Amino acid sequence: MGELVAHIVVAGLKVVIVVNSVLLAAATLVYVERRVAAWIQDRIGPNRVGPFGLLQPLADVLKLYFKEDLVPALADRAYHRLAPLISIAVALSLYAVIPIADAVNIGGERIPLVVAPGINVGLLYVLAMTSIGVYGIVLAGWASNNKYSLLGGLRSSAQMISYELALGLSIVGVVMVAGTLDLVEIVNRQQHVWHIVYQPLGFLLFLVASFAETNRAPFDLPEAEPELVGGYHTEYSGMKFGLFFLAEYSNMVVAALMMVTLFLGGWHVPFVPELPQWLGLREGSIGLALFQAGVTLSKTALLLFLFVWVRWTVPRFRYDQLMRLGWRVLLPLALLNIVVTGAVLLLLQS
Amino acid sequence: MNIQQNTEAQRMSFWERLYLPEIVRGLSITFRQMFKPKFTRQYPEERWEPLGSYRGYPVLVLDEDGERCVACGLCSRVCPALAIEVQAGETEREKERYPVKFEINMLRCIYCGFCEEVCPEEAIVMSKGYELVFEDREAAIFSKEQLLVPIEQLQDRLEFLRRYK
Repeated sequence: MGELVAHIVVAGLKVVIVVNSVLLAAATLVYVERRVAAWIQDRIGPNRVGPFGLLQPLADVLKLYFKEDLVPALADRAYHRLAPLISIAVALSLYAVIPIADAVNIGGERIPLVVAPGINVGLLYVLAMTSIGVYGIVLAGWASNNKYSLLGGLRSSAQMISYELALGLSIVGVVMVAGTLDLVEIVNRQQHVWHIVYQPLGFLLFLVASFAETNRAPFDLPEAEPELVGGYHTEYSGMKFGLFFLAEYSNMVVAALMMVTLFLGGWHVPFVPELPQWLGLREGSIGLALFQAGVTLSKTALLLFLFVWVRWTVPRFRYDQLMRLGWRVLLPLALLNIVVTGAVLLLLQS
Repeated sequence: MNIQQNTEAQRMSFWERLYLPEIVRGLSITFRQMFKPKFTRQYPEERWEPLGSYRGYPVLVLDEDGERCVACGLCSRVCPALAIEVQAGETEREKERYPVKFEINMLRCIYCGFCEEVCPEEAIVMSKGYELVFEDREAAIFSKEQLLVPIEQLQDRLEFLRRYK
């Protein structure tokens, strides 16, 4: 009984920390996005609220809270309210299986730094949950009773189907190389050679597919401002819109974290994997965990910068181009990747 | 046969059709762009000083002998937005006439500059002022006292008018 309570307390603490860091990360990402966009366009960007404009996201959220919460007259009120909740719930629950650092020893207890540790199908869980995320968008499009919203929702579901396949298949190569679905194990296998070395094509496919999966430019067709007003969130205002916004940025963080975990060696330092030992950080100590978390998060930050950078470089794909890329390029390439990986693995074993 | 030939897609080379090298090229352009000098003007601290050709809100010229306006009312007549109201009065000075009341409604003014063009005395000119903020509608109606500006501050505009009008 006491052990159960301890487990729940520990898990609860982890959830509180993770959720708050996600919200903070999403806010920072919005700021970074606006700043980088401004720089690329020869502007300065938000620099008035707080030092360097760092408090701008807080001001934005405050503004969203004071906005009127409108529901269109002929909208389905229940589903209209449910849709952003689905989006944000899915986005936040994804973090449950993603490891930031190796386990730490506190008071003789070995505590894994994952909210839901020891899930041996962590990878499948992430794929399954991201698929559910599309329900929030489709439901928002449908419940708003607005043509543009509906088009955005439809596009989102079509896009999700065409890219989820390539996304899932591009991971299969990694799973074959690592021989496990447990994300902590996958990271540990990469201590010396990262999976991106074995799976460069897989990484590329995963990168492109996750741009589509997170509805980011150049695949941001569900919101496509010039053609669809705002896409699925046209009829949302105030904090409901804020939740969609938050979910989008949170999904970006998840995608970047997944790339780091699967392909970029997680918390292992590039070229010098023994660096923490040289620094005198003992196995299982809090110092090592902090160090590893720092490594993971800085890799993630670099990838997130790539997300933002690409958004302000590449124009949006047309709908048919998007479909062609998904079905006729990414899917065959992903299958090819699996075949080649399997053949090479077989050759190495025999 | 309605087959398009020599389309952009056909003209692309293999590497261009792969997208990725071109995307990387685009990324390098945007990356370099990030470090270029910015065009933004930090407004309240850095203010823009317009040239003489700029048409800000109209003002009345105040030279050494006092106001130039002789209250002929031409500006009021020509104003397409009916923003100017003039009431003439008599005076002992050489010019004999002066405006008892001269009001411009800045909410109506469209900055066309007709009043300046029509004025025979060069008494009403377009200033460099572009910061017009009012708390209420009454405050937007500028009285003669608010409109009179010493001639020294209007040299650029007068110079411009002499050269191009």
